[in-house]
Amino acid sequence: MTQPIILEVQNLSRSFGKFQALGGISLKIPKGKLCALIGPNGAGKTTFYNVVSGRYRPTIGKVFFEGRDISGLPSHALVARGLLRSFQVTNIFPALTVRENVLTPLAVMRGLSFSFLGSMARRPELVDEAEAILARVGLRGQSHRVVSTLAYGDKRLIEIAIVLACQPKLVLLDEPTAGMNPEETDRMIRLIKELSDKSEITFFITEHDMKVVFSVAENIFVLNQGTLLAEGTPDEIRSNREVKQAYLGGSLDAASH
Amino acid sequence: MGGLTLRRILPATLLLAFLVAAPFFLSTYWVIILTEILTMSLFAMSFNLLFGYTGLLSFGQAGFFGAGGYFAVLTLLHGPPSLWVALAAAVVGTALLALVIGWLCVRLDEIYFAILTLGFGMMLFTTAHNWRSVTGGSDGLGGFTVPPLNLIAWQVSLFNPKYFYFLVLAVTLLGTLLLLRMVKSPFGLLLRATRENSNRVAFVGANVRRLRLFAFVIAGTLAGVAGVLFAIFNRIASPEMLHWSFSGKAVLMTVLGGSGVLLGPAVGAAIFYVLEHYITTFTTSWMIFLGAILVVLVLAFPKGVLGSVMEFFAQKRRGAAP
Repeated sequence: MTQPIILEVQNLSRSFGKFQALGGISLKIPKGKLCALIGPNGAGKTTFYNVVSGRYRPTIGKVFFEGRDISGLPSHALVARGLLRSFQVTNIFPALTVRENVLTPLAVMRGLSFSFLGSMARRPELVDEAEAILARVGLRGQSHRVVSTLAYGDKRLIEIAIVLACQPKLVLLDEPTAGMNPEETDRMIRLIKELSDKSEITFFITEHDMKVVFSVAENIFVLNQGTLLAEGTPDEIRSNREVKQAYLGGSLDAASH
Repeated sequence: MGGLTLRRILPATLLLAFLVAAPFFLSTYWVIILTEILTMSLFAMSFNLLFGYTGLLSFGQAGFFGAGGYFAVLTLLHGPPSLWVALAAAVVGTALLALVIGWLCVRLDEIYFAILTLGFGMMLFTTAHNWRSVTGGSDGLGGFTVPPLNLIAWQVSLFNPKYFYFLVLAVTLLGTLLLLRMVKSPFGLLLRATRENSNRVAFVGANVRRLRLFAFVIAGTLAGVAGVLFAIFNRIASPEMLHWSFSGKAVLMTVLGGSGVLLGPAVGAAIFYVLEHYITTFTTSWMIFLGAILVVLVLAFPKGVLGSVMEFFAQKRRGAAP
């Protein structure tokens, strides 16, 4: 059974001055399949996310989301279509409460950004929705806490809650477990798996931790020096020689190709 | 829940009762000082919509304050003798001016935004200062008669300081209620989110530039309204109203009272004028004393006087709760 393609990237390149961070990447993400992007440090994973999510424009190449060309569109236009991302460095609203962090994207999604006189307090449906999302990521009962007082792992969960509030179709998760202790990592992985199984959302994650990648991903893409080195199921990737070389200090080999 | 509402409503009611009753037991001198405090409160609160709520430090806020004053006086001099028309002209004029200047300024933030607003403020000041034929140059624009305020059934003469005080009170109150409504609205939440992390706001699908532009226009327009009151109060619109040091006053009052609370800038304005009154009674170099007191206040109340007091009570409540 062939699944529809939610994201297609064609020959995507991005340069910064003379440095080519991405050199012609092409890949397809099927809808509903939990895919992962891995690669050694500096392979271009975050740049790839930045280009796909509209933070940077591609130098060459195209990005298609649900079959439509979205190359170079600004982030807020992509969010409106359902393409979301999370950030490697926790990127939330520190002085707002947990609930307000989720209400912010909900207000945007409901087209309330420029509702000047409507009262937030008189929108119980928004508050209910925020609470439901918080319960889903495991932050029930924390609504009134100021986010900056939360533990690190909980702040990362807020990041996921914000993304969910945007009603995403595709979520790019940039190292969701970065900096977490084993317990927090487990909790995050369980959450991502559960969300991927029980919702329509497609997740595409980058991850440092190979254990995490091989335990959750159905399909893995390996990036090295800005190009796509390999693609396949976890088993295929595990047994791929080139991948092993790239990871085992084989960067000299890769450079000479 | 009942206690919570009472706690919120009681201080506001007491303050309002004081402000309404003040002209009946205070001397004219103090009524005039209160008038100034209220005018500057509106101005400083308009600044704080940008600073405290949106995270944008504007050094050009006086430009809109002054422009409002000039638009109103020009209308009174050359147009129909009606305060309402003058006020309407000032609102439309400053809103358009803020739209154009804001459109250019909101492209940047942090220090770059501050410098841009400073630049535009200086341009507005120079326009008022040098365009003699229209603005009266450095003398300012006076010599207009203040028409009575037309309240359908009554014609209220503003030559009576008490009546003028009530006009200023009503306008500042309306402005405050508008701001209060706004900071509690979804728009207000998004402004605070923008202050916290503008990049993230863009990544939840909001147009940050447009959010900032709207805040800029609303703040500029409210500053313009405050400028109308100020010009009518002084019977003159003068270039000093547009000077960047006047913007600095708004910054000072806001930091003094607290940028995290809606009424913080108003408290700052009150402290500023009351201190000025007492210190100038015994010395002419009052700025030295004011400076010293401000240093102490800012060190003692890092979140502003009102901000720190509110935090103190909030902590006490939290401590008493369990």
